[in-house]
Amino acid sequence: MHLTLTETQALVQKTARDFAQRTIAPEAAALDREERFPRELLQGLADLGLMAVNVPEELGGSGAGVLSYALAMEEVAACCASTAVTMAVTNMVGEVIAHFGSKEQRELHCPKLASGAYAAGAFALSEPGAGSDPGGMLTTATREGDSYVIRGAKQWITSGSHAGVFVVWARTGAKETHPGTRGVSCFLVEGGANGLKVGRHEDKMGLRGSNTVPLEFDDVRVPASALLGELNGGFKIAMMALDGGRIGISAQAIGDARSSLEKSVQYARDRKQFGKAIGEFQGIQWKLADMATKLDAARLLCHRAATLKEAKQPFSREASMAKLFASESAVEICNEAVQIHGGYGFTKEYAVERNLRDIRVTTIYEGTSEVQRMVIARSQLA
Amino acid sequence: MNFELNDEQRMVRDTARDFANREIAPKAAELDKSERWPAEIIAKMAELGFLGMAIPTEYGGAGLDTMSYAIVMEEISAACASSGVIMSVNNSLFCDPVYKFGNEQQKQEILAPVASGQVLGCFGLTEPMSGSDAQTMATVAKKVDGGWVINGAKNWITNGPHAEYLIVFAITERAENGRVKHTAFLVKKGTAGFTQNPRDHKLGIKAAHSCTLFFQDCFVPDSAVVGNVGDGFKIAMATLDGGRIGIACQALGIARAALEAATAYAKERKSFGKPIAEHQAIQFMLADMATHLDAARLLTWRAAAMKDAKVRHSAESAQAKLYASEAATRITHKAIQIFGGYGYSTEYPVERHYRDARITEIYEGTSEIQRIVIAANLLKG
Repeated sequence: MHLTLTETQALVQKTARDFAQRTIAPEAAALDREERFPRELLQGLADLGLMAVNVPEELGGSGAGVLSYALAMEEVAACCASTAVTMAVTNMVGEVIAHFGSKEQRELHCPKLASGAYAAGAFALSEPGAGSDPGGMLTTATREGDSYVIRGAKQWITSGSHAGVFVVWARTGAKETHPGTRGVSCFLVEGGANGLKVGRHEDKMGLRGSNTVPLEFDDVRVPASALLGELNGGFKIAMMALDGGRIGISAQAIGDARSSLEKSVQYARDRKQFGKAIGEFQGIQWKLADMATKLDAARLLCHRAATLKEAKQPFSREASMAKLFASESAVEICNEAVQIHGGYGFTKEYAVERNLRDIRVTTIYEGTSEVQRMVIARSQLA
Repeated sequence: MNFELNDEQRMVRDTARDFANREIAPKAAELDKSERWPAEIIAKMAELGFLGMAIPTEYGGAGLDTMSYAIVMEEISAACASSGVIMSVNNSLFCDPVYKFGNEQQKQEILAPVASGQVLGCFGLTEPMSGSDAQTMATVAKKVDGGWVINGAKNWITNGPHAEYLIVFAITERAENGRVKHTAFLVKKGTAGFTQNPRDHKLGIKAAHSCTLFFQDCFVPDSAVVGNVGDGFKIAMATLDGGRIGIACQALGIARAALEAATAYAKERKSFGKPIAEHQAIQFMLADMATHLDAARLLTWRAAAMKDAKVRHSAESAQAKLYASEAATRITHKAIQIFGGYGYSTEYPVERHYRDARITEIYEGTSEIQRIVIAANLLKG
C-alpha cells in the first residue's frame, strides 16, 4: 500500500488545478445563473489534454491513466460541477470508443473528442421508461441493407445539443430470442445526423451549465460500420462505460464536496458569534471533522477503484462503492456546508448554495445509489 | 498509488488468519462468557511474533512494519476482540513508546521480554477523574534522591492484572501559573507501593482484563524515566497516534466478522418463501455494511502507511479511529438486525461483536477527542 502519485499523475493534477482555479472558477456562478454551456472552457480543457485523459496518445489522448483522470475530475469539479460532468462524459465516450471501436471508429472520433473538434461526446442509454433497468429500452435499430435504422427516444442526454458523436444503445434482437439486455447493441451516431432531433433543454435544479436534453431518433440511418463492438453485445459496453463512469462521478462528488468543505473551514475561521470564531464551537468543529473524514474515505474508495481499473483488475464492486459512498457523503457534506454558512449559505453570494444543488444529482445519475447497492450486494452474496 | 499488500504482508496476513480461525475463533464465545484471560492464545501470539510486531528483532520484536501489525490486528480481532486488544496494548501502547523514547538499557532489559511476549506490558494514562482531558491527571511523581516517588491511581488499565511492566504518566512539575509537565516512567509489577484492584467488569471485551492501579509512595529509580523528564505528555500523545491505528484495526476485525456472519445467515435463512438475501431490504443493509467497512479499512491503512513512511499522521489516525469505530458499531448493529431474534441470543456471535464494538468508540481517545484532533488540524493555519 502506498499513496504517492507518479510524476505524470501529479502533473495532470496540477495542470487541472491551475486551469480550474484560474479560468473555470471565475465563470462558474455565471454559467449556473445563465444556464450557459461552457464551450470555451471545454476547449481550454481539451488544449490541456483533459478531455481524453485515459485515451491512448496515438489517438490524440493523454494516455495518462485512470487515476490521473480521477484527479483531474476532482480539480475541475471543485470549481465547476457543470464543466466537470461535461468533461466526464466526453472522457468516457473517448475511452469507450478507444476500447471497443474498430480502427476506423477510433481514428475518426477519438482525436476529435480529445482536441475539442467535437465540443463534447454523449451517451444515449436512458429512455423515458428505462432508467435503472436498461433492459427495458424500446429504441430499436433495424438492419436495412448496409444500414441500421434507429427509432426511439432517449432521455437525460448530457451535452446532447453539442455532441459531435453519440454512443447510442438500441435493441437489435427480438425480445423473444434476446430478452432484456441480451438483444441490445451499441452504435456511433454523429451529431447532426438526419432524423436525430434534439429536444428542449431540461430546466434542472443543478448542473445548470451542463446541457441535458431528450433525443428523438426518427429513422436515423447509420451505416453498418457504425455498430460499436459486437451485434447484441451492447450491454457489456454499457456496463464498462458505467463502471468507469462511476469512478468519474465519484471524483466529481469529491471535488464538489471538497469545495464545500474548504469554504466552510474558511468561513468558520472568519465568522464570529458570541464573541468568537464559530470554528471554536464544538457544534461546528464536529461537522467539519465528520465532513473531512467522509471526504477522505470517499477519495480513498475512488482512488482504489481507479487504481484497480488502471491495473486491468476487476473493479465493478469497488467502483460502485466509490460512487455510492462519495455521492451520498458529498450530499451530506454540501448540505452541512450550507448549515455552517447559515443564511449566507442560502444565497447565491456563496458557492456552497450552488454546490448543494449541483451535488444532488450524483446519487442519481450513472446508476442511482439503489443500483450501486444492488451491484455491491450481488458481489457480497456471491 | 497502490492499495495492495506486498508479498510479505500477505504472508503475515495468511499466517494470522489461519491461526485466528483455528485456535482463537472456536474459543471466543467461551472466553467472553467466562471472562477468562486467554493465556494460551497470548502464548501462541508471542510465538508468532505478534506481541512486538513493529519492534526490531534485536529488541525481541518481529521486525515488521505498521501495515503488517494492522493486518494482524484485524485478523485476531475478527476472531476475538479481547485477544485483539491485549495484542494492541502490548504493541502500540507499551512497545512503541519504549522503543521510540526509551534508552538502550530499557530496550534491552524491559522492551525485549515484552516485545517477544515472555511478559506483557500495559499503559497508564487515564485516571478516575481524568479521561479525555489527560492533562488534568492527579498522579504526581516527586523527585527524591536517586529516583522518584509516585502517588496516584490509574484506571481502565487493559492488561493491568497480568502485565509485568507498566508505562505510567505522572505530573513532575507544576508551575505557579498552574501549567504542568508530565514524565513517563516504567514500573515493574511487585514494586513496593504499586498495587491493584480486582479486575473491571465490562459490557464487552470481557476476556481482556483491566483494572485500577494504585501508587502509594511508590519509589522508582531515575533509570525508570522514559525519554526526558517533562516530555511525558508528548510521549503519551505520540503513542496514542499509533494506538489509534491498532484500535481502528480492532474495529475493522469486529465489523468484518459481523458482516461475514450476517452475509452467510442471509443466504440460509428463509422468509416469505425465499432466502432473506433476496429481499432488497437485506441486500441494501449488506451493501452499506460492506461499503462502510471498506471505507474504514482504507482510512486505517492510509494511516498505517503514513506511520511506516514516518510522516505525521495524527489527523489521519484520528480519522481512521473515528470512522472505523463508529462504522463497527453501525455494522454490528445491522448484523443483529439481519439475524433477528437469533442475533440477540448468545447462540450466534453477532451479539458479542456488538458488545465488543462499543468500546472502540471510547478507549484510546473517544470519538469526541478524535473530532477535536481532526477539526483542530483543519482549522489551524
